[in-house]
Amino acid sequence: MTENNELIRLTAAALAEKLAAREITAVEVTQAYLDRIAAVDGKVHAFLHVNADEALAVAAEVDAIRAAGGAAAEELHVLAGVPIAVKDLIVTIGQPTTAGSKILEGWHSPYDATVVERLRAAKMPILGKTNLDEFAMGSSTEHSAFGPTHNPWDLDRIPGGSGGGSAAAVAAFEAPLALGTDTGGSIRQPGAVTGTVGVKPTYGGVSRYGAIAMASSLDQIGPVSRTVLDSALLHQVIGGHDPRDSTSLPDPMEDLVAAARTGNVEGMKIGIIKELHGEGYQAGVENRFNESLELLKGAGAEIVEVSCPNFKYALGAYYLIMPSEASSNLAKFDGVRYGLRVLPEQGPMTIERVMGATRAAGFGDEVKRRIILGTYALSAGYYDAYYGSAQKVRTLIQRDFDAAFAKADVLISPTAPTTAFKLGEKLNDPLAMYLNDVATIPANMAGVPGLSLPGGLADEDGLPVGIQLLAPARQDARLYRVGAVLESLLEAQWGGPLLDRAPSLTAPSLTDSAPAVAGAPASHGGSH
Amino acid sequence: MAAINRDDVAHLAQLAHIEMSAEELDRMAGELAVIVESVKSVSEAAGDDVPATSHPIPLTNVFREDVVGHTFTAEQSLNGAPDAYEGRFKVPAILDED
Repeated sequence: MTENNELIRLTAAALAEKLAAREITAVEVTQAYLDRIAAVDGKVHAFLHVNADEALAVAAEVDAIRAAGGAAAEELHVLAGVPIAVKDLIVTIGQPTTAGSKILEGWHSPYDATVVERLRAAKMPILGKTNLDEFAMGSSTEHSAFGPTHNPWDLDRIPGGSGGGSAAAVAAFEAPLALGTDTGGSIRQPGAVTGTVGVKPTYGGVSRYGAIAMASSLDQIGPVSRTVLDSALLHQVIGGHDPRDSTSLPDPMEDLVAAARTGNVEGMKIGIIKELHGEGYQAGVENRFNESLELLKGAGAEIVEVSCPNFKYALGAYYLIMPSEASSNLAKFDGVRYGLRVLPEQGPMTIERVMGATRAAGFGDEVKRRIILGTYALSAGYYDAYYGSAQKVRTLIQRDFDAAFAKADVLISPTAPTTAFKLGEKLNDPLAMYLNDVATIPANMAGVPGLSLPGGLADEDGLPVGIQLLAPARQDARLYRVGAVLESLLEAQWGGPLLDRAPSLTAPSLTDSAPAVAGAPASHGGSH
Repeated sequence: MAAINRDDVAHLAQLAHIEMSAEELDRMAGELAVIVESVKSVSEAAGDDVPATSHPIPLTNVFREDVVGHTFTAEQSLNGAPDAYEGRFKVPAILDED
């Protein structure tokens, strides 16, 4: 167990080095993660499906190529053999894709998402599919039809959402890397509350082909990891132009890994967004945020204040645009082409009634709320007042960002207003749940990239706080440059990674002498 | 902007093809009224001179070569369907008649 514990705690970058140097094998690494999943996922519930056989086969293939040496070994991708978990909103051949919904339970995609094709091309073993709020609609994973994920820092608390499964998997050392999707903060907010790193790339920077769409003009796939460098490595695997996504940017990829390795903030202007801290933000979040500012100042950055007055409309506009797009995107779940079909209990069996019964049984409350809200915002007579106005607010938010980036190279804010709250605490108050994304939504509205990294633990509850960095569109490299500096300064202060302070999850209790694997889920490896 | 009431929700649910029980309609109407109230300010934020943004980073004339790309076999397409017949999706009756 000790050896495995060491393996699973290595960063993806360190794993890659050791694999290349043939100090360890990809099968050992993959098996160590599968063992960890078996040991702790009964408590965490980060995974909806574990893909053990295929992951081990890919790992064995990488090991065979390395052992044979020659050109094939040299051509292996730097992350070959480094395992990864995939959010269950992203389609994969050979594994179920549920989107966290009953309506897709047991469905297998006939194709791979572009990002998954790229993981396969890099020969990264896919450990499984991670839990999420149904169709990525939520900030806590409590809206998953298959039960919530638990925060590894405190199992009674939410891991954030919608990508709580990916963030918790990485935080609980069940995977070194994961893929997430971010429509209003679903990568960054889970990163913040689990003490991990998450990046929402520039809109169009990563192909959305094969990500089940919630709001097409806001959705973006991105990396989830434990370090800034690891996110850069993964971002570089999945990023770049894809002709199958018409919103994919044709620009060449920047060297994000180099940016993370040569982090430097000297002479950089870093803007504090006046509207995204202070009132409404937990005291411990504010304290850690202010400390990060001091560290950056000490490293030679100039801290300036910027104002984005229209951000106060962002949440409202988001909750018009997102449901409008979602109601349209989810119309395809009609009980005909894929997924669930439920027949009405009585009366004529027409397609209209079959659709009504199927969608009633297949969708959860939050999905229904958003579909109805979107249908309302798009209906004749309300369209201009709601959807039209929200699109204008989008322009105002973009202008606020333009003005802010004229004064600062990157912007900084807390990622979320609070630390992780208790499971169930906000489940019956949709509006309180929506407020978790108040600091992350503006980036999606404007299409700019954002990164969240751990900023320490809040004094009042000992839970992780996230620091968010925002850069202009297409300037994702700046996030990595600044993020790497802040991360190294913070870790020097802490004496190691923040996750070193998270509970082990396998510590034997005083009354229980069973080995660490006790409490492993009874059945894992098949479909959930 | 008008408030949203139970009748509105019943109508919208019908448009969205989601069957709802009386109890669900009551609850949904209450929740949506609160949400709609909270997003109201959006309509006052921007004047007529502000253009709308539909996509954050607009691209125009996104074309590809006019060649046959990846296609699914009928079997692949039907694999996840709840019902199929002789290589086709089997759909419930479209009209409410025999």
